[in-house]
Amino acid sequence: MGAIFKFHNDLDTDQIIASQYLLLPSIDEMKAHAFESLDADFSKKVQPGDFVVGGENFGCGSSREQAPGVLKALGVKGVVAKSFARIFYRNSINIGLPVIICKDLPDQVSTGDTMELFLSEGIIKTGGREYSCTKLPPYMQAILDKGGLIASLNEAETASPAVSKDGGKQ
Amino acid sequence: MGMTIAEKIIASAAGVETVKPGDIHTVTLDRMMSNDGTTHLTIDMYHQQIKNPSIADPKKLIFIVDHNVPADNPKTAASQKKMRDFAKEHHIDFWEGKGVCHQIMMEHYVCPGELIFGADSHTCTYGALGAFGTGVGCTDFLYGMVTGTSWLLVPETVKFNLTGRLRKGVYPRDLMLHIIGQIGANGVNYQVMEFTGDGAKALSVNDRMVLCNLAVEAGAKSAVFEADETALAWLKERGREPKHVFRSDPDAHYFKEYTFDLDKIEPIVARPDFVDDVIPAREACGIKIDEAFLGSCNNGRIDEMRVAARLLKGRRVADTVRFLIVPASNEVYIQSLEEGLIEIFMEAGAIVMNANCSVCWGSCQGVIGENEVLISTGTRNFKGRAGHPSSKVYLGSAATVTASAIKGVIATENELE
Repeated sequence: MGAIFKFHNDLDTDQIIASQYLLLPSIDEMKAHAFESLDADFSKKVQPGDFVVGGENFGCGSSREQAPGVLKALGVKGVVAKSFARIFYRNSINIGLPVIICKDLPDQVSTGDTMELFLSEGIIKTGGREYSCTKLPPYMQAILDKGGLIASLNEAETASPAVSKDGGKQ
Repeated sequence: MGMTIAEKIIASAAGVETVKPGDIHTVTLDRMMSNDGTTHLTIDMYHQQIKNPSIADPKKLIFIVDHNVPADNPKTAASQKKMRDFAKEHHIDFWEGKGVCHQIMMEHYVCPGELIFGADSHTCTYGALGAFGTGVGCTDFLYGMVTGTSWLLVPETVKFNLTGRLRKGVYPRDLMLHIIGQIGANGVNYQVMEFTGDGAKALSVNDRMVLCNLAVEAGAKSAVFEADETALAWLKERGREPKHVFRSDPDAHYFKEYTFDLDKIEPIVARPDFVDDVIPAREACGIKIDEAFLGSCNNGRIDEMRVAARLLKGRRVADTVRFLIVPASNEVYIQSLEEGLIEIFMEAGAIVMNANCSVCWGSCQGVIGENEVLISTGTRNFKGRAGHPSSKVYLGSAATVTASAIKGVIATENELE
């Protein structure tokens, strides 16, 4: 069970982590500035196991991997949104941060509510209700299961991809 | 079933006959570009996380320092030094202070038919030459650097049929802001924008770059024009040859089709804080500005420099406005010098800066203060993108930005007459 931090539609990557912090030496030094322009105390309030909830087009904008990176470093367990911008979505999978598409939930919850995620079943429980959410394509799920793209590369120990060429078709 | 240009490029890179949207393929990357926005993290990950670190093919890699140039503090300098040293050690093509990454890529590398990953969201610019460029994060970049390959989900393609011609005083930038306003910030999420039709064929490579560059602001994975005679002539002038010239098949499948009549487009501005919140520029006229910015990977080319010079000649930047003019590359800068444009800018009271991303990316010289208003040819107007979170960014064409700098309030080119 984790607390929800809810944000608006078209939440862009500059809000998650502003440009002025991107060239800091490490994600660890950046994470205190997550969501700074929207909620200056976010990094102090968020606890490991909490969730970020957005609306449509979450993570639009820059390709900066620092955006999902700071959320993961702060212990965010997953991001739930009605839809995601593609680079943020892909970056999140690659670093092992679950991103869950759920059309109904975002309008029903507020910051401070709590929720429980059952990733493999594609279910979220919150406020006495159960929401079904989109499961990842098998290819992406395999990357996530292994802890991210680099972990899967190291596991493979070859230049081949995480799963076979035709093994991940939707 | 036929294939679109994007599908043909992906099939070629995957070494298969056909692909269809929704398939996931392993592709061999033709080139990979990374800039100082993330490369220091990629290098750390390379050293710390890869079990057997090696680079598949350094000749395919290009590192470009363009975001904070020159470095603005010791930590930035250290991050850039890390990049410089790594490039030297691994014999990677390295550019620093020569311009914005996408401009340098277009001037020196991109060829039709190539599949290119860039660690920057505006990598979709390369579609102007019939290449498939897409933005990725540093983990994807690292994986590609080590393996030479990546996984790619084949996107749907959306056709944008352009008819007619832009009227005098209306620019490709206005067209693209209009399109994004119509389809929304996620209008083509995870899809490819393919621009076609008589109106598209009449556009220059510069114009095509403007359209493809902003495609990501509508959520696109990539954007593409057919590499026609205009593109091939441009390439030939630069001594390069296409990898493949692909055309979409007549029976190719499109997820959706739109038609835009260029004759009907008028000057457009996007309001703070969303690129798709657009209005006719005439409706924004009179809004007081503190700063104007002409530059970025979207609008810092010689065409825009010429527009600005034409409007500034014999006029002055308003006393209340700082007007930053930043050529997209040193090539553009030198061309502007040779044509006498820089002199016009300086005499008019503009601040001409070295070729780099500048205030567009919001962590460089030129950032704006509390409650200040900027009108910009940059790529985005997100909240606080150009400085203080309370500041406001409007987006417009080079003409609208220049006219606004002269007037001290948002203005269109027509109001100078």
